Amino acid sequence: MSAVTFDKVSRHFGAVRAVDGVDLDIAEGEFFAMLGPSGSGKTTCLRLIAGFERPTAGDIRIFGEPVADLPPYKRQVNTVFQDYALFPHLNVIDNVAYGLMIAGQGRKPRHKAADEALEMVRLGGYGARRPSELSGGQRQRVALARALVNKPRVLLLDEPLGALDLKLREQMQEELKTLQRQLGITFVFVTHDQGEALSMADRVAVFNEGRIIQVGAPEDIYFRPEVPFVADFVGSSNVLPAALVARLTGENCPAAIRPERLQLAEDGPVMARVTGLSFLGLTTRVSFEAEGTRLTALLPQDAPRPAQGDLVALTWAEGDLHLMRAGL
Amino acid sequence: MIAARSESIGTRLSDMLWRRPAVLLVLLLLPPVLWLGIIYLGSLFALLLQSFFSIDHFTGLINYRFTLSTYAELFTPANFDIILRTVTMAACCTLASAVIAFPIAYYAARYARGKWRAVFYLGIMMPLWSSYLVKIYAWKLILAKEGILTWALEGLRLNWLLEAYLSLPVVGGNSLSVSTTGTFIVFVYVWMPFMILPIQAALERVPGSMLEASGDLGARPAQTFRHVLFPLALPGIVAGSIFTFSLTLGDYIIPQIIGTSRLFIGQAVYQHQGIAGNIPLAAAFAVVPIVIMGLYLWGAKRMGAFDAL
Repeated sequence: MSAVTFDKVSRHFGAVRAVDGVDLDIAEGEFFAMLGPSGSGKTTCLRLIAGFERPTAGDIRIFGEPVADLPPYKRQVNTVFQDYALFPHLNVIDNVAYGLMIAGQGRKPRHKAADEALEMVRLGGYGARRPSELSGGQRQRVALARALVNKPRVLLLDEPLGALDLKLREQMQEELKTLQRQLGITFVFVTHDQGEALSMADRVAVFNEGRIIQVGAPEDIYFRPEVPFVADFVGSSNVLPAALVARLTGENCPAAIRPERLQLAEDGPVMARVTGLSFLGLTTRVSFEAEGTRLTALLPQDAPRPAQGDLVALTWAEGDLHLMRAGL
Repeated sequence: MIAARSESIGTRLSDMLWRRPAVLLVLLLLPPVLWLGIIYLGSLFALLLQSFFSIDHFTGLINYRFTLSTYAELFTPANFDIILRTVTMAACCTLASAVIAFPIAYYAARYARGKWRAVFYLGIMMPLWSSYLVKIYAWKLILAKEGILTWALEGLRLNWLLEAYLSLPVVGGNSLSVSTTGTFIVFVYVWMPFMILPIQAALERVPGSMLEASGDLGARPAQTFRHVLFPLALPGIVAGSIFTFSLTLGDYIIPQIIGTSRLFIGQAVYQHQGIAGNIPLAAAFAVVPIVIMGLYLWGAKRMGAFDAL
């Protein structure tokens, strides 16, 4: 069964089309990521599911039920906010128990449930503290517990890891994924970080300018981008313009090639000038310019390294050049 | 050599203050601390001292012997009535101000943007720019028997409503301008900006996501108000109520011009220190608002009004 369905949903703010005719189908129990640059409409889509925004046009269903006229407090979805939105006048346990308090549960059972939820996010014993006494990572866990304690059918996460430092972020990625598998709840996750989307989600929807450009499994998005935008934004792939591809293959369409698949050679189909080198540790990133197109290659440390200004030939294995359709 | 050989006195003074920041701090703080400490707290202390003396009712001279008899005088029926009337008025004005100010402050904090925000601030602040006396006399004209309010109600054939209200005991009177209700209306009007601005400041610190989070967790708007918005606005409401409450407790001009002939604390202080020359009793009356405000703040803190600060 579909957890969330969008049928030609639009949300316009005056002349701005924040969401423009989006079709979407999120399966029950899925970990679904909405990925895109800022202003691409992904957060508005999340807010449409939560009920903070109402669609200008189109239908939204949650578990088959139309929700257009349902205010947020009547929807079985809960949100983890980007700024966590913890209530500063309540301690941690009352923050987590807030939804249960509203639902009319007594003090004892709701505190017990909140304790269990805190235990689940490994914050047992923090109940008496104030949100202001917690670190960013801990606040994030409280926000997560506060949402999950209500046993939502869909959990919405708005850039939940955005404010954390790299190490904590990686750790939370693992934890979120484990939690989602344990609970079996549908997670819908908004992020602008492709690494995060690819590593956590079962499926990724790539947003640009209020539309969904491509939906698919992380491998599909990464290795088989359908349009240049996805190749560039998700994979930081090299996009070869249609004219160049036409000369190389005879097909008149743009194509993508992954930086790690470009190799230096004595002789190859493309001649390129080296414009920059940067040392990344495991690899060296080399920037080229070839026939007016900027290309990037990631060379392993043991490969021979060209010098700035060298004219080199680039080659790749058969099948590494991925043909796309023109468009966004 | 880094430092220039000859330096002006200003430069050397700056250097000295940079090396000794404590000296700068003392120089900056000394004048206001002296002012507050000696002039302000000193006179407050002198006032408190006066209240422990008493007056000889035959000679009219002050008897400089420590006594609590002046305070006991506060509890005579006539004086206690004044205290009770003033505190009740202050409480009613505070409550009404909070109820009226909250939606205004909420709108100003959450919805007013750009030009409308400026218009709003002007609308709230403008009454503060004109003379207090002018505003009160303007209200006297509005509320008087021949005033615009009566005229408007007559036009609407609703003056029977006003008549009925004015015939009520305590709040009524000959006309609104000589009734307790009139005093109440003018108090609420004059102190309103002092209530709106702190509430607005408190509401502006509440991010929209906090209200959304409450709704997301199942709270209807009324529940969100009760459990999130009101507790977070409470420090602002308390700050505003300190103004409205203490200003009402101390004012002696509004009840003089608009209202009944029954006295308020401010008027009692004014009369006792002036015409009657009873400085000790005037001082004891002046201590009453201080004590009440102290109790009020203590109670507010106990209730957790400042927890969200």
